Amino acid sequence: MFNKMKYKIFIGLILSETLLILALYVFSQMSIERRSIEITAKKILVRELMLTDLSIWTEARYTRHPSQADLFTPFQDFPSSVEHFPAGSIIAPPENIKTWKSIKRY
Amino acid sequence: MEKHKKILEYTLSSLLRRKYKNLAIITVFSFIVAALYSILFLTHSLKKEVLTVLKEAPELIVQKVSGGRHDLIPTDYMKRIQEIYGVGRIIPRYWGYYYDAITDGNYTLIGFDKDIQGLKLLNGRMPSNRKECAIGKGVSDVRFTGIDGEIFLIDSKGKVLTFHVVGVFASESAILTNDLIVINKDDILELFGMPSDRATDIAVEVYNELEIPFVASKIREILPDTRPIMKGEIIRTYETLFNWRSGVIFTMFLGALLAFCILAWDKATGLSAEERQEIGILKAIGWETGDVLELKFWEGIVISFTSILTGMIMAYIHIFFLGASLFAPVLKGWSVLFPPFRLIPYVDIYQVFVVLFLTVIPYVASTIIPSWKAAITDPDTVMRG
Repeated sequence: MFNKMKYKIFIGLILSETLLILALYVFSQMSIERRSIEITAKKILVRELMLTDLSIWTEARYTRHPSQADLFTPFQDFPSSVEHFPAGSIIAPPENIKTWKSIKRY
Repeated sequence: MEKHKKILEYTLSSLLRRKYKNLAIITVFSFIVAALYSILFLTHSLKKEVLTVLKEAPELIVQKVSGGRHDLIPTDYMKRIQEIYGVGRIIPRYWGYYYDAITDGNYTLIGFDKDIQGLKLLNGRMPSNRKECAIGKGVSDVRFTGIDGEIFLIDSKGKVLTFHVVGVFASESAILTNDLIVINKDDILELFGMPSDRATDIAVEVYNELEIPFVASKIREILPDTRPIMKGEIIRTYETLFNWRSGVIFTMFLGALLAFCILAWDKATGLSAEERQEIGILKAIGWETGDVLELKFWEGIVISFTSILTGMIMAYIHIFFLGASLFAPVLKGWSVLFPPFRLIPYVDIYQVFVVLFLTVIPYVASTIIPSWKAAITDPDTVMRG
């Protein structure tokens, strides 16, 4: 009997995985809705404390505050020097140091 | 319809005959897809959340630049900035970094002289008197302190200052406040030995968002030793920062992805003698070329769909239920204080479908094409190899 049921088992597996994915998507939408209060609270926090950056990488000034760092500090010493911190591998150089036009602006 | 069912049934039997080989491909394929989706889910979710909350950041931050480096800014610059048309409130920001030798962690200290109320993500209250502080969850954990506890900081003269903890930021806000210590403005001036007529930088409110670049260029004109940072630039920095193409995680998995592509290509394009023989026999017993192609199509679909769906589920669980725990060592870097990720499950449907099409279609195509070549050849020739 099993020999003739294989396609049913396969379709069942694919359908259950698809249903699970749909359920996770619905869960996502519900979570976003539920946690919108949290986002509003974070916005108030950013506004009141005048925050500009995330508190994720705290090992160096330019990883703690990438948006406030000196123009050359993503690479600490000079624009093409090798980055020392692992976080630098995650952080891409800011757009404004990539183009000469922007550098001239400051 | 019955015919398609029979072909699918035959496909599954054929795959089960080489079950270990196909199971290995499905496992590796699933892990590769899970890694790719994990990167996409993580960066998209972080980016979306960050860009939403940073819309509330100050419109303009004015830094003083001295010798090419960020320097303390004289507070009397505020009067010059206030003269610019379209400028609203101007608030000096007092902040800096504190290296804590006890924990080897870096804290970010912020000083305020205004009473801040209505923060929902704060347990307790904000400091309203000198020698009081509100701390982030990360600081609270590494210093084993909490509300009504104490925290010791050493000032620029080497004197120990004791602060009474009156508030701890909730862990939900850790992505913004994990390393923060909020104290009174006069305390921060004392702690860092800053002159009272200097601030770290100045936050400038601009009434009309469209006028921010104009105000920034005007500030640059009247105060040439300053660097105005616009809100748009802060947001762009973070957009670039979480760009999924950048980063070591993607590069790391790119190698694995390429290895898998070679494996899949090799497996799919190079038909084994056994598979060629099977096609030959099927043709000899009366299968049409179209039937053989359908068989191979189903083979590709079974492997790629099972892997994609499994990988997608694994990635979702990894990022949104397990807090990206496998990526944490890479993301964490050398930080002593690292916030736990409680990501809001923002999922970009476009990205989901892009990966789906970029993996399923090439895999199915690379399964069908060599089989088509074998299927149009004379069965006798194919069976003889």
